[in-house]
Order: sequence, then C-alpha cells, then structure tokens
Amino acid sequence: MKKELKSSAPADSEIVLGILNDSKETLSRLYTSYFPMVLQLVLKNNGNEDDAKDVFQESIIVLYNKVKGGNFELNSKLKTFLYSVCRRLWLKRLNEQSKTRRNIQDFSDIIAVEDDLEKHEEKDRQFEMMELALNQLGEPCKTIIEDYYIQNRSMQEICEKFGYTNADNAKTQKYKCLQRLKKLFFQT
Amino acid sequence: MKGDLELMNLIDAYLKGELAGSELSDFEQKRISDPSFDLKVVEHQNFILNLSEYGSRVKLSSDMNVIHESLDIQAIKDEVAPEAPRVIRLWKKYRISTAIAATVALIAVSGTLLSTGYFSKSISTNVNLLRREINSIKRSQNALIKNINDKPAKGPSDPGEYGGTGFALSSNGYVVTNFHVIKGADSVYVQNSGGESFKVKLIYIDPAYDLAVLQITDPGFEKLASLPYTFKKAASDVGEDVFTIGFPRDEQVLGKGYVSAKNGFAGDTVAYQVSIPVNPGNSGGPLLDNLGNVIGIINGKQALLDGAAFAIKSSYILKSIEAIPQDSLDEKLVVNKRNTLAGLSRKEQFKKLEPYIYMVKVY
Repeated sequence: MKKELKSSAPADSEIVLGILNDSKETLSRLYTSYFPMVLQLVLKNNGNEDDAKDVFQESIIVLYNKVKGGNFELNSKLKTFLYSVCRRLWLKRLNEQSKTRRNIQDFSDIIAVEDDLEKHEEKDRQFEMMELALNQLGEPCKTIIEDYYIQNRSMQEICEKFGYTNADNAKTQKYKCLQRLKKLFFQT
Repeated sequence: MKGDLELMNLIDAYLKGELAGSELSDFEQKRISDPSFDLKVVEHQNFILNLSEYGSRVKLSSDMNVIHESLDIQAIKDEVAPEAPRVIRLWKKYRISTAIAATVALIAVSGTLLSTGYFSKSISTNVNLLRREINSIKRSQNALIKNINDKPAKGPSDPGEYGGTGFALSSNGYVVTNFHVIKGADSVYVQNSGGESFKVKLIYIDPAYDLAVLQITDPGFEKLASLPYTFKKAASDVGEDVFTIGFPRDEQVLGKGYVSAKNGFAGDTVAYQVSIPVNPGNSGGPLLDNLGNVIGIINGKQALLDGAAFAIKSSYILKSIEAIPQDSLDEKLVVNKRNTLAGLSRKEQFKKLEPYIYMVKVY
C-alpha cells in the first residue's frame, strides 16, 4: 500500500547550512521535497490539504528553531525528523478534535521528538504573546519596533521614514515604545 | 528616567555592535563590575532575542506561504492521494476492456437474434402477453380467424380475405358466427360443405358477447331440413365431453375435447374454457355435447398457452336471438326444440351435422 515518493531530496547537511544562512532557496527545496510526504500522512489520516499545510509549516518552524538554537546534532535523517514532528502534531490535533483516541497510519520511520516539541510549545507561547503584545501596541510604535529590532534598520532611516526632526527624538520614541511593549508582553 | 533612556540606547548600540574603542571597553568593564547593570543588559538582550525570533518566524511563515502558493497542490495530492478502494481501481483498470467485451456481447446477441428472425416473429406475441399482464381488461385471445388469402378457394368468385365458421340457427337460413369474424366486413358469404356459396346479410351483432347473426339472402338457397341439434339453456359441467366442427382449412374438421373450466379467460363468465384443439378458422364453430346439444360457440384461445380454448355459452346465443326484434325479420327465426342426434355415434352425428355448418368468408 505504501507509495514511494520519488523526489530528489537535497542532502541534509546542505539544508542545515542553508537554514543557518537563511537561504530562501533551501527553504524552497526543503518545502517542495517534504511537503508531499506530510500531505500523504495527513490525507490518509482524516485531514485535508490545509491541515497538511499547517502541520508541515509548524514542523519547519520547529526545525528552524532547532537548527538556529545552536548545538544542532543531526542524529537522524531530516526527513525522519520532519515526519515525526508532523505525526505528533497531527495526532495531537486529531485528539483535540475528538474525544476518542485515534491512532495514525504510518508511512515512515519515526523518532522521539517530544523534547523538541516541548521546546517548540514554549517558543510558540512566547511567539503568541509577542504577537498579541505587538498588536496591542498600535502604530507607529509597532512599526518603529519592527523596523529597528527585526528589520535591523538604523535609527537614521527610521527618523527619515517617520519624519522626526532628529535622531534623538526617534530614539526617545523608540524607548517609550519598547517600554510599553515590555509592559504588555510581561503582563499577559 | 533620562538615565534609563540613555542606558537602553547604549545597550541597543552595544547589541548592534555599534560601540567601539573606549565606549566598548567601558561598557564591558561596567558589566563585570556592576551585576545589576549586567542583569539589565541580559534582560534586554533576551527580550530583543525574543522579538527577533518573532520577526524571523513571521518572515519564515510568509516565505513558506509564498512557496506553498507556487506548488501545484492538486498534482501532489493526486500523486500521494490515498489509493482508491480495490473495486474502483479494478474498474479503472479494466473499464475499457469491459466496454469492449460488453459491446461484442451486445453485437453477438443482437446479431444472432436478428439472423434467426427473432425480432420479426415473436415480438408481437410478447407485446400481447405483456399488455394482458399490465391491463387485464384487454383480453389476450387469439381470434381464430383463418387467413385464407394464401390458398385460392375453388369455385365461387374471389377467395375471401378472412374465414371463420358459422352454423345454422334455423332451417330457413339464419346462421350464427362470431362478431370478430365478420367485423369490418364489406360483404360476407357462407359456403356449405358441398362447396356452394351464399350471400348473407347481417341481421344482428352483439360485440359484448362476440356474436353475430347472419341471414342467407341468396336466391339459390334452399331451405334446410329441420335442425338436428338444440341449444342448451343450462350451463354445462366441467368435465363434459364436447366436440366441435369448423373450417380451419377448406374442409370441415372435427375436434374433440372437454369442458375444462366454468369460466373463460380471466374469469369471463360469458365463456367456458374448453380443452380442445382449435385453430384459426374455428371461430364461430358450434360446441356440442355428446347428446348433440349446442352448448357454446368457439371464439378464441389463449395466446402462448396450450389447450385453453374458449367458447361463448349457448345461453348467450339464445339471449341474442331473443334480442332480435322479430318484426324486423323477413322470416321468422324459430329455434329448434327437437334433438335428433342423441344416442348416435360420433360418425353419424358428424354426417348429420355436416350440412348445417358453414364456412364464413369475409371480403
């Protein structure tokens, strides 16, 4: 019954390197190589393509966090890692959907990924908190914070973009915004 | 407050690597010497890390969505889709072969049926039967009209288009036959066993009982001797031996049988069911019992069923005769009351009956 997926998967080490370098091409190859596998898993287990998309993207986020978190050791194939993560995630969703415990029909080897998922859940929580805080922050604070801390733009650019008369004003504004964000973030 | 703002800007600059020279060494020195300062730096650093992780995740998600949009999901889905159940797979695999096999079978069957003439001969009978089943009012009886078109009659003028049998009601030229025999006729002739044809006129019809009374009007007709048979008023019992004489061909044919049921087709109380060999041309023939009483008049047999002929009961013949207004008749129609056939052998009965039974020819 098992249908072999034939796609030339890139070498695992290349991918890890690509992830560390934030290579878009690596992401693209990773995505196209392994999405079919996850789609198959989810479709075969009462899901649709949107579910597959969600689960797969989450698993890639887990992988990125793991690789970028440093001291990443490749102790299994990337494929197996992604498959295992997706399997756990999908199983969790299925169990949330219905009270009855379900089991899943497997296509591939699996490895234990509980630790990674625990870390991921923690990060996920923080991500959601940050998202909420940023949304509550409002404009122009949100954009200033994002430009400075995420896009890594210089104070000078921000100053011009928002029409502040000098960089000090912009810095003061940024400071106030950051203080508010911290407050919002930590109170939730 | 002011000091805090400057401090944060300093830490931001440090984290961004914008500090250099003495500023950097001062900063690092202060971190080592002042733990509370160091704590602030670490706190801020963690928060900024959190923020940048948020940023990279948002970016990653949007990048992935772009990639996802570019994929042909349907194609991938088809490739990995759960395999269809076995039956459907088999059907997909063999449907063309199945179609070809079915076509060949269809051609073979219809070809065979066509070449054996199946369609041309039996469909009408099937339709009859079918109609009977659906609509029981319609009686699926074969009218026993003989088509004598194929065999030219000897002697008198044209051969008739249809033929049946009739028999004398009285000695002065009244003849009874089935309505369906003379139905739609232009002119009707009767021919006796001697081969003489006489023109007749229609006196009375009763389509409900399938009866018709004719009168021989031909000047060449001579009065018959008085009738040897009588008409039985009471119904005959099942099992009674009966016989009939008719013209399924150009000669009188004797048929022998018995009354097999009190009612006719589909419970028709007007008729008996008779087990007797009859054929097209027997319609209108008399049905007589052993004593020589007319108990009925043959009018049909059931399609696709052997040995089930039907005969209108003689009491209806008498009713029809009574229904004819006597005033309108040229000559009186008197039904014979004396039976001279009783006790005779079948051979003698046949001989005596011969002159009273006519072939009815319809043009």
